[in-house]
Amino acid sequence: MPETIFSVQLFATCLVDAIRPAAGLATLRLLERLGVKVIVPSGQTCCGQPAFNSGCLADARAMARYTIDLLEKSPVPIVVPSGSCSDMIVHRYRELLADDPAYASKAERVAARTYELSQYLSDVLKVQDVGAQCRRTITYHPSCHLLRGLGVRSAPSQLLDSIADARCVSLPGAEDCCGFGGTFAVKMGELSSAMLNRKLDAIVESGADTVVACDVGCLMHIEGGLKRRGSNVVVRHLAEVLVESE
Amino acid sequence: MNSPLMSFQQRVSHALADGQLRVALDRTTERFTLKRVAGLASLPDADVVRDRARSIRLHTLSRLDEYLEQFEANVTSVGGQVHWASDAQEANEIVLDLARSRSVKRVVKSKSMVSEEIELNQALISGGLDVVESDLGEYIIQLAGETPSHIIAPAVHKTREQIGQLLADKLGVPMTDDPVEMTATARSALRDVFLQSEMGVSGVNFGVASTGSLAIVTNEGNASLTVTAPRIHVAMMGIERVVPTLDDLAVMLLVLARSATGQKLTVYTDLLTGPRRGDPDGPEELHVVLLDNGRSRLVGTEVGEVLACIRCGACLNACPVYQQIGGHAYGSVYSGPIGAVLTPSLDREGPWHELPEASSLCGACREVCPVRIDIPRMLLALRAETVRSGKANQWVRIVFWLYRIAATKPRLFRCGVSVVRQLTRMFFVNGWLLRLPSPLSSWTQSREFPVIASRTFSEEMRDREEGSGDE
Repeated sequence: MPETIFSVQLFATCLVDAIRPAAGLATLRLLERLGVKVIVPSGQTCCGQPAFNSGCLADARAMARYTIDLLEKSPVPIVVPSGSCSDMIVHRYRELLADDPAYASKAERVAARTYELSQYLSDVLKVQDVGAQCRRTITYHPSCHLLRGLGVRSAPSQLLDSIADARCVSLPGAEDCCGFGGTFAVKMGELSSAMLNRKLDAIVESGADTVVACDVGCLMHIEGGLKRRGSNVVVRHLAEVLVESE
Repeated sequence: MNSPLMSFQQRVSHALADGQLRVALDRTTERFTLKRVAGLASLPDADVVRDRARSIRLHTLSRLDEYLEQFEANVTSVGGQVHWASDAQEANEIVLDLARSRSVKRVVKSKSMVSEEIELNQALISGGLDVVESDLGEYIIQLAGETPSHIIAPAVHKTREQIGQLLADKLGVPMTDDPVEMTATARSALRDVFLQSEMGVSGVNFGVASTGSLAIVTNEGNASLTVTAPRIHVAMMGIERVVPTLDDLAVMLLVLARSATGQKLTVYTDLLTGPRRGDPDGPEELHVVLLDNGRSRLVGTEVGEVLACIRCGACLNACPVYQQIGGHAYGSVYSGPIGAVLTPSLDREGPWHELPEASSLCGACREVCPVRIDIPRMLLALRAETVRSGKANQWVRIVFWLYRIAATKPRLFRCGVSVVRQLTRMFFVNGWLLRLPSPLSSWTQSREFPVIASRTFSEEMRDREEGSGDE
């Protein structure tokens, strides 16, 4: 194992915890393989984004304060394997707690050291090739909050391009939303489904056998749609394919 | 704004089931989006210009009262008259009174979203006047008895085949789907209208405070005729549409057409300063109706930035929701992401609280907005307002209250996850839930729902810690 000079804490997010732990485990393994010492703070739950997006600000604030307290126990950078939860912590906590004297500066501090996984790999560790290898035809769906919220455009694709034996194919209308949008998918189910169908058509058109994204929310949405269609295309979190080798 | 008949969800279902609408939207929104990108690329540094445009708009809004007074003084000094209208009814009465006192029988209109907002046509027609829209898209929807479905392309919901049929039915011309022929038909029908109308009603893209000038952009030249051929020109203008100087106007024009249609400039840009003064052309009278209708109340609020909008329609074209349902489903004349902010903000008592929910918050609107309005942030502010005012669905509030209790007590959270896991595992098929009860059933109508993992990430971590402790 390489000498450890980087330390981070992993905020796995509630969806990774409950729905796709493989993405969290892969993130952990990937970071450790790259020589990063990873702490996983116990007691982590949810960043509060679903409540925030639903307008339940008091509930979102309570969850934000809880998460900030949890992450403030250690001064090391925070890595989140989710674009939208990172965006919540980086951009929305500040707005949400701007008028809370006890938490405004803590929110700033936490925001300043929070990174989405691919962002951390490319901006802090400066790696573009993690030495992964797999035989897949991969297409990448840039999730909206990662792309337009955090402005992460090229890092995930570069990491995917570096995977040995994998072929990356472009996704038509890649930057179109998959229609997940958290509670939007339930509140506006029909509309969300129409958006998903367009995304699924594009995935089929791409010719990929694997769809990769950096958000478990979008992945479970896309995967649920692919399953309903009886498609053989599989979905993977970025970290999951980056730890693969045959 | 009139309340729509169906609920928002019903209108969405209706729109999604409309195959013709899908064809029309697919043809146009993508074309607009691509043209916009090319249009902005023709600027040496579009981002700098957008920043400049944004700062002009925000600066103007921060001193809106001063600029409006200056605008009024300068319109008056060049011979025009300004009328202040606090709401739709007042604005309609002003125009109707002008028409009556000047024996107007016929009114020709060029495109004006403000007039759609206040339903001016209905008011004038009820007052016994003939009103004809001269913008081709507006002319088409007037013939069809419809409302605009897009800020700059009011008939975008119709395919050219549908328009050809409409013209054949209403005007008795032979059916064609050739846009050139259809335009010629409308043109010959409209020519006489311009010459016979005593009053021309136009919109205003920007009013220039320092000169009292009105800038109106079109691609058909119909506004140029509307504002010059009739004796009286009435310009309908929202109070937020003022810019301080002609230099500022120039910046706004750099981004307006590029963002709207991808053009560097629209085919016609009219800059009107006062009525006829000795010169042979122009109207005898110029009246500017400045409409508030809920706008001034928004200045300085969480949604105040919506007033910076220059009505280019770029956010509609970019929006994956608008692309699916078009404009009519929104139920108000302002559709798309900007409409979802504007409509409930202007009409706070109306049935609009679902509009801010009609967004996945993907941010495509913010990305294309020429003045960088943070539409998603305002949609969130409106959602919060819905919760605060008690209009939100009760189950949403209860679910998030419970979720918050659990999410701030990790042991309770883990218990909750376990309970949900037990529940989901009673009904799963190959790791997926195929049907969920209401309200979650709207998910499983088109998608499977994942079950909770047999070992959650936190359980894995606990095992790992215990494992390492044993070593």
